[in-house]
Amino acid sequence: MDAVTLARVQFAANISFHILFPAITIALAWVLLYFRLRYTRTREERWMGAYRLWVKVFALSFALGVVSGVTMSFQFGTNWPGFMETVGNVAGPLLAYEVLTAFFLEATFLAIMLFGIGRVSDRVHTLATVLVAVGTSLSAFWILVLNSWMQTPVGFQMIDGRVHATDWLAILFNPSMPWRFTHMMLASGLTVAFLVAGLSAWRMLRGDTRPDVRAALGTGVRLAALLIPLQIVVGDFHGLNTLEHQPAKIAAMEGIWDTERGAPLLLFAWPDEAQRRNHLEVGIPAGASLILRHDAQGELQGLNDFPDAHPPVKPVFFGFRLMVGIGLLMLATSWLGVWWLRGGRAPPRAWLRAMVAMTFSGWVATLAGWYVTEIGRQPWLVQGVLRTADAATPREIPIGTSLALYLLLYAALIVAYISVVFYLAAKGGAQPPDVRDPAHQPQAEPT
Amino acid sequence: MMPDLTTPAGWLPVVFMTLMGVALCLYVVLDGYDLGVGMLLPAATDEEKDIMVSSIGPFWDANETWLVLGIGILLVAFPLAHGVVLSSLYLPVALMLVGLILRGVAFDFRVKARAAHRPLWNRLFSIGSVLAATAQGYMLGKYITGFNDSFATTAFAVLTAVCVPALYALLGAGWLLIKTQGALQLKAVYWARRFWWGALAGFVAVSVASPLVSQRIFDKWFTLPFVVLLAPLPIVALTLLLIAARSLGRLPMRLGQANEYGAWVPFACTIGVILIGFYGLAWSLFPYLVVDRISIWDAASAPESLLIILAGALVVLPAILGYTIYVYRVFRGKARPLYYG
Repeated sequence: MDAVTLARVQFAANISFHILFPAITIALAWVLLYFRLRYTRTREERWMGAYRLWVKVFALSFALGVVSGVTMSFQFGTNWPGFMETVGNVAGPLLAYEVLTAFFLEATFLAIMLFGIGRVSDRVHTLATVLVAVGTSLSAFWILVLNSWMQTPVGFQMIDGRVHATDWLAILFNPSMPWRFTHMMLASGLTVAFLVAGLSAWRMLRGDTRPDVRAALGTGVRLAALLIPLQIVVGDFHGLNTLEHQPAKIAAMEGIWDTERGAPLLLFAWPDEAQRRNHLEVGIPAGASLILRHDAQGELQGLNDFPDAHPPVKPVFFGFRLMVGIGLLMLATSWLGVWWLRGGRAPPRAWLRAMVAMTFSGWVATLAGWYVTEIGRQPWLVQGVLRTADAATPREIPIGTSLALYLLLYAALIVAYISVVFYLAAKGGAQPPDVRDPAHQPQAEPT
Repeated sequence: MMPDLTTPAGWLPVVFMTLMGVALCLYVVLDGYDLGVGMLLPAATDEEKDIMVSSIGPFWDANETWLVLGIGILLVAFPLAHGVVLSSLYLPVALMLVGLILRGVAFDFRVKARAAHRPLWNRLFSIGSVLAATAQGYMLGKYITGFNDSFATTAFAVLTAVCVPALYALLGAGWLLIKTQGALQLKAVYWARRFWWGALAGFVAVSVASPLVSQRIFDKWFTLPFVVLLAPLPIVALTLLLIAARSLGRLPMRLGQANEYGAWVPFACTIGVILIGFYGLAWSLFPYLVVDRISIWDAASAPESLLIILAGALVVLPAILGYTIYVYRVFRGKARPLYYG
């Protein structure tokens, strides 16, 4: 493989591994706060039991997010020296604000959240939980501002081949930022909702009928049922926004080669980039035009309008279908769940099994969505400003060796993570000490 | 060539080099004791391991964030140097990151995975700590000598790759002296004594080697009036090391009588030596980010972007320092096993 491909594969591997964990911690922090507040309000032990289990999952996910994030701060420069050299004047302050306003906040107050019970008051502990949640969301905000700016760059001028910021408000609220940020926050919410519901369903199937299992299952399912319709609507608006700013990405997502009116919504096809056409098309006539133009005869630009400047079609086309397919499954399973769980009923085992199968569906959908938007931006690194090939490392560095090392490590860590999460769930949020009493020393395991 | 320091393009890079130096110095002190404790882990019993890890548990994450800030400043304020420095150090950086990853995840896995797997995660914890510290030592050696690939510079980097872990182990043992009691505390005294030599060797090696790297650096140290003005630096550093050694000699007896007086001295002295070392390095390097090749002004981002970052940093950094001190206060005192609530 050439240097650009290696740099891309390595960065993609690292960032794909990294995003799995923020996708959990961003929303799980708020879910934990919800458990915490429900407990403060009701003093029902089941909410504390749920908190106690899920704070462990949070700590583990957070640690994995931190270490993979540290790696990224190095790879920005080593793999993409041209990125900072060209757009550093915009990307730099955004990254700096992420570190300054979010990373220290999360990392520091996480200590109080995890280990502070008995050392600080109940109120301070709740406040620490709030600050950690705010920190994870702030971190998401800054990085999504930067990512959105790379897709829809505004508020700058080029001087001697380098970007100079002229309007920071425009940069912060660049055209795709509101949709992308909302889309990602909801994605995190759905990832966590299905993780919580899936693991709780798994515990139920194993005969664990403690009240905290039921509480967590209900929370997860209802959260999912609430968020998925919102996500579908936001996703639609995000698509319209992309059509306006990055039509080549939409053409790849929909598999449209020639500009046409009444473009079909392809349910399946096999895009062939050599012949520049699709094989085995199965589609709904005029569907794509209807969705994207809200008009059955609306015109959609095809890939052939962007010679040498459109993304590879297959990963974008299939990634999009995978994401949407999972979204529809999420809709079906969560709404069924709300029905099955109504009025405290016992849900059928088949549905519980389906929920277990969906445990990590949020990860798959999030990755698929990110691949669509990031590969869909190619061949640009910063749309219309900087090509990926021009930003890759021109220096001779041994990426191959380190890539093999990272891949091995990431694979091992994902296996360890998933098995430990299930192991934690099997043990459950056992040991119910009274957290309000500092004199009470819980006999849980030390860390 | 030094530009006009009254213009933003002149003084902003100086401010950011200072900020970066402070962040990296804080990182070395703070994560230094974490990594040191991690390296000492294999020498402890299982119960002691739990205490040792819990003594750093609430802090390591924020400590490591100083590295992200330091490297982040290099990336955002001096993008041209970030590429050169980290590409030149590509493999040791990759090894350090693998080390930091193993160490960081082991914190959680060692208590959350099955009990049967705990020894494995403990081992990975130590391996990660040693790997990260060794890689950092090697990078220090390569960095000081301006990334020249000769036998002498590589040999020097190997020497620093041994000395930096020893320094961290000394710091870690000093931390344990403050945070633990009983048999473990006594062990920490002996660990500190053993690694004291490594820290001394490292300080001497770096002090002797730095001026030899280039004529410019040599002149900065050994011309009047600097040779007089700077002479106190190595003298104070060596004195601090001697005070630490004397304290380590006396502590076993005092601790035997349950007298904690002066248990913090080795830790504080080691920090003092690190601060002096950093100051010396900064003096040698300034105004270069890569020895005699890339100056801070060559590599800096546009002034308007640096101003935006500086404004944020001036507001946020005091808050960060404030809540960091608060958390150290919350978890002050002797370490006890930590619990999840």
